[in-house]
Amino acid sequence: MNKLMILIPAYNEEGAVASVVEEVRAVVADATILVVDDCSEDSTIQEARRAGASVLPVPHHLGLGGCVQAGYRLAFDLGFDYVIRVDGDGQHDPRDIPALLTALQHENCEMVIGSRFLSAANPRKLLIQGGWCRALGISLFRSILRPILGRPVSDPTSGFVGVNRKALDVFSRAFPLEYPEIEALVVLQRRRFRFVEVPCHIRERRAGRSSITAIKAFYFPVHVLLGVFVNVLLFPGSRIWRSLRK
Amino acid sequence: MDRLLGVMTVASLLLIALVLASVRREHIRVEYSISWLAAGLALLVLSLWKSLDQRIALALKIPDLAVTLLTICGVVFLGVLFAFSLRLSQLKDSSIKLAQRVAILEFRLETLAGQSANNTPARADAATAQGRLRATADVPLQPGQSVR
Repeated sequence: MNKLMILIPAYNEEGAVASVVEEVRAVVADATILVVDDCSEDSTIQEARRAGASVLPVPHHLGLGGCVQAGYRLAFDLGFDYVIRVDGDGQHDPRDIPALLTALQHENCEMVIGSRFLSAANPRKLLIQGGWCRALGISLFRSILRPILGRPVSDPTSGFVGVNRKALDVFSRAFPLEYPEIEALVVLQRRRFRFVEVPCHIRERRAGRSSITAIKAFYFPVHVLLGVFVNVLLFPGSRIWRSLRK
Repeated sequence: MDRLLGVMTVASLLLIALVLASVRREHIRVEYSISWLAAGLALLVLSLWKSLDQRIALALKIPDLAVTLLTICGVVFLGVLFAFSLRLSQLKDSSIKLAQRVAILEFRLETLAGQSANNTPARADAATAQGRLRATADVPLQPGQSVR
C-alpha cells in the first residue's frame, strides 16, 4: 500500500493549525499528518499535537523552504511514497487532497500543483481579486517560467503541492530555502521531471498573517527571479553549465 | 592630501585596534579577524607610503591621489565584505542542514521512546499522535540508509 504524508509547515499558526489537521484527517484518515513547526512563538506545537498530528519542531527559525525540506527529508527517510503539502493557515481546502493524490498516482508525473485558477469560473477576475501587485507578480512569473518549463503554469506560487518519491529524493537534498514554490519548479524541470496542475480551492486564511510584508513584496520577485536565473544557468544539465565545464 | 593620509592612518590604526580588542574579548574569532586586519594593515601602509600611492595612481591613470586612495579603500572593503558573504552563506547552509538533522534525530528518538513506553503494559493506553505516525509509517531505515 502506498504511504501518504500530509506535510503542514507552520509558523505562529495556533489559531488555524488544529482545525487544518482535523479537516485533513476527516478527508484522508489513513494518511500521516506531520506538522513542521518553524520555531513558533505561540502554541502552534501544542495545538497541532492536541489535534492529533505528529510534530517536527526545528530548533531555530529556518524559513518556509528549510521547514518544508525538513519534512521532505523525514518523509523520505521513513519511506513515504507521496507527500502533499498543505499550508497551516487554512487557505488550502483539504477536500482537494484526493484529487492531488490521484493525479500523482495516475498522471505519470513527479509533482502535482493545486491551481486556484483552474477551478475559477473567471480566472482573470480571481487574479485581480488578490490585488494588482500580486496579479502582476503572478503574471510575470508565468511568462518567465513558460519558456523555461516549456509549457504554461497557471499558478506558479501555489504552495498546495504534492510530490512522489522521486521528487522527494531530489527535494530532500536540494530545495530552495526562501519562497520555494517557483524555484522548485525549475529544479524539477532541470531534472526533466514532469508536473501537472489540478484545480483546487483557496480559502481565506483563518488566522495569522501573511509572511509577505510590504518590504518583502519588493524583495520577493527579485529573490525569486535571481534564484530562477541561477538554477537555469548553473544547474547540471543546462547547456551553459556543460559548456563552462568543458 | 596630507590631511587625508593622516585621517586614513588614524582610521586604519583604529580599525586594527578595534579588531584586536574584539579578538581579545572573543567577540570575533581569530580566523574571521584576519581579513579585517589585512585590510587595516593595507590601508595603514598606503597612508604612510605616499610614493607608493603615487605609483598606483599613475598605474591606474587616475590623476587625483585622493580618488585613488578612496578607490583602493572601496576595493579592499568590498573584497572583505565579499569574503564574509561567502562565509555567511556557507554557515547558513550548514546551520540549516544541522537544524534539520537535529530535528529529525530528536523526532526519531521521541518515536523510539514512545514505542518502548507503549510496549510497557502500564502505559499501553498512551495512544499518542506519535503512535499514529509509527502505525502508518513504520518503515525501518534501509541498510546503509541514514538520516541525512
